[in-house]
Amino acid sequence: MILVYVDSDELSAQAVGFARTLGDLHAVTFAGPYQPTAWAKALAAQDADAIVAAGSDRGNELLAHVGAILDQPFAANVIAIDGDMVTRVRWGGSLLEEARLHGAPKLLTVAPHTQPAAEIGDVETLDAPDDGSPKVLERVEESSGGVSLRDAKVVVSGGRGVGSAEGFAIIEELAGLLGAAVGCSRVVTSAGWRPHADQVGQTGTKISADLYVACGISGATQHIAGAKGAKKILAINTDPEAPIFASADYAVIGDLHEVVPAISAELKRVRG
Amino acid sequence: MRTLVCVKRVPMTGGKMVLTADGQALETKHLGFTISPHEECAVEEAVRIGGEVVVLTLGPAEAEEQLRDCMAIGADRGILLKTSEEWDAQSTAGAIVDAIRGEEAFDLILFGNESADAAGFQVGIRVAHALGLPVVTGLKKIEVGEGRVRCERDVGGARDVYEAPLPAVLTVLEGLNLPRYPSVPGRLRAKSKPLAVVEPARPEQKLEKLRLVVPEGQGKQAEVLEDAAQVVAVMQSLGVA
Ligand SMILES: Cc1cc2nc3c(=O)[nH]c(=O)nc-3n(C[C@H](O)[C@H](O)[C@H](O)COP(=O)(O)OP(=O)(O)OC[C@H]3O[C@@H](n4cnc5c(N)ncnc54)[C@H](O)[C@@H]3O)c2cc1C
Ligand SMILES: Cc1cc2nc3c(=O)[nH]c(=O)nc-3n(C[C@H](O)[C@H](O)[C@H](O)COP(=O)(O)OP(=O)(O)OC[C@H]3O[C@@H](n4cnc5c(N)ncnc54)[C@H](O)[C@@H]3O)c2cc1C
Repeated sequence: MILVYVDSDELSAQAVGFARTLGDLHAVTFAGPYQPTAWAKALAAQDADAIVAAGSDRGNELLAHVGAILDQPFAANVIAIDGDMVTRVRWGGSLLEEARLHGAPKLLTVAPHTQPAAEIGDVETLDAPDDGSPKVLERVEESSGGVSLRDAKVVVSGGRGVGSAEGFAIIEELAGLLGAAVGCSRVVTSAGWRPHADQVGQTGTKISADLYVACGISGATQHIAGAKGAKKILAINTDPEAPIFASADYAVIGDLHEVVPAISAELKRVRG
Repeated sequence: MRTLVCVKRVPMTGGKMVLTADGQALETKHLGFTISPHEECAVEEAVRIGGEVVVLTLGPAEAEEQLRDCMAIGADRGILLKTSEEWDAQSTAGAIVDAIRGEEAFDLILFGNESADAAGFQVGIRVAHALGLPVVTGLKKIEVGEGRVRCERDVGGARDVYEAPLPAVLTVLEGLNLPRYPSVPGRLRAKSKPLAVVEPARPEQKLEKLRLVVPEGQGKQAEVLEDAAQVVAVMQSLGVA
């Protein structure tokens, strides 16, 4: 039996789609405040050939607990499995690893957005007695300042090439015209020009926009790891050899300080 | 207050992933090395919390460089678990646990939520279970109080609040703080801070890496747009303008 932990999210539907290919499926969830250690104990107590979850924050956390409780290996963010052989994601998806997963039950999470979603079907709510381990005490809603980076249809991002915090005025203007979220590279957050919440990449936000506009960003693999969920990428860069162009669908070779305001002006012009 | 921070040496890859001929590792001949941004934030947080800060890594002899970088921003001493082999997450956690048992007890043990390269999302959690300590992961805010720690985790538009008694294991994310750049005097001081070197023996590997593969899709041919009018035309064709 393949035990799958599900949430009510899209990633869980993808995990179910993947797990169905492995055998008979038993989908489970929990009620009450999230308590990772207690929930993992309940998962670990089930008699399963494999325990699977989405490669989400919760899925990865729960399976790591199960691995620790059962003293079994856990493979995070798997994209394919064949017997003992798993292919999993490294470097936020910039590299794949083929590995042999020893141990039973097989413990794995499914890399987000690599599998088709499936109907989740029947879900059993497991009992997880409070064991005194840390749990969510309260949830504080954050006042959302504009479009969320993760869900935005368009993201306009700036990198080192923008030059300063003030330099982002032209990025913000274009984003405003497109109803887009503003993003940035890590160089920008490290310099304190923008908050980390704006960072796109492996250790920032992974976006899923229809269009990503990257201005003055070189295209480091760790940046692309967050940008490649976008359907189309438009890169603006002075350097025709910039690695970003190898990930881009459209290229403007030029100085963003001229190109970006020109795009804004043209947008205003065509809109009258 | 005594805090241990665990960090992992990883190559600073640029615009492209290049593998060695045998597909076993990244080609690092022309690359520098660093630690994950998550771990940089863990070190910065430990230094801000104050008290004794110890940094630990399991890695090759050269990983001393990363420990010295951490000492340059304020860690007091380092522990290098020196090895020339690759360890899976289970055995990495085991080696860290052994090292912790050999030390006076820590109040806080900090990890990155996931490493920059292998990203197993698990070493901190395994260490917590082995030591019987509470663990909270993926944190962007930590407040140490009297015998307790209050912490917050982003959950897309909201923050979940947790509390744990000390000692505790916490894993953190970039954005927790803005790490300082090491100063020149900080770098000089780091050179003479104590570093203990231990050579642990590697147990049998249960998640056994066979080879690495660069995914397809690197190397698109971008269509060059000549002016703003062409850019706006593309935006219109994509339905976003
Ligand atoms: C483990 C790890 C995780 C990381 N996580 C992330 C992450 O989540 N997100 C992230 O972004 N980075 C991340 N990084 C950092 C990453 O490796 C790069 O250092 C970073 O993305 C570079 O930012 P950049 O492109 O803005 O700067 P640079 O690499 O310096 O590039 C600047 C670019 O701007 C161009 N330019 C300069 N002036 C102009 C101009 N006037 N007009 C147009 N173009 C111009 C230049 O030609 C150049 O291509 C991570 C690194 C590591 C090691
Ligand atoms: C000589 C040598 C060569 C290696 N070659 C490779 C390689 O080519 N590719 C590769 O991906 N890995 C390599 N490794 C690393 C090894 O595979 C991982 O350290 C191990 O699998 C830990 O799991 P993780 O990185 O998935 O940790 P995760 O569970 O993702 O890490 C979470 C956190 O645990 C801590 N942590 C993780 N690893 C260490 C560590 N080693 N020391 C201290 N703290 C740590 C960090 O705080 C990290 O943020 C090598 C290790 C050695 C010693």
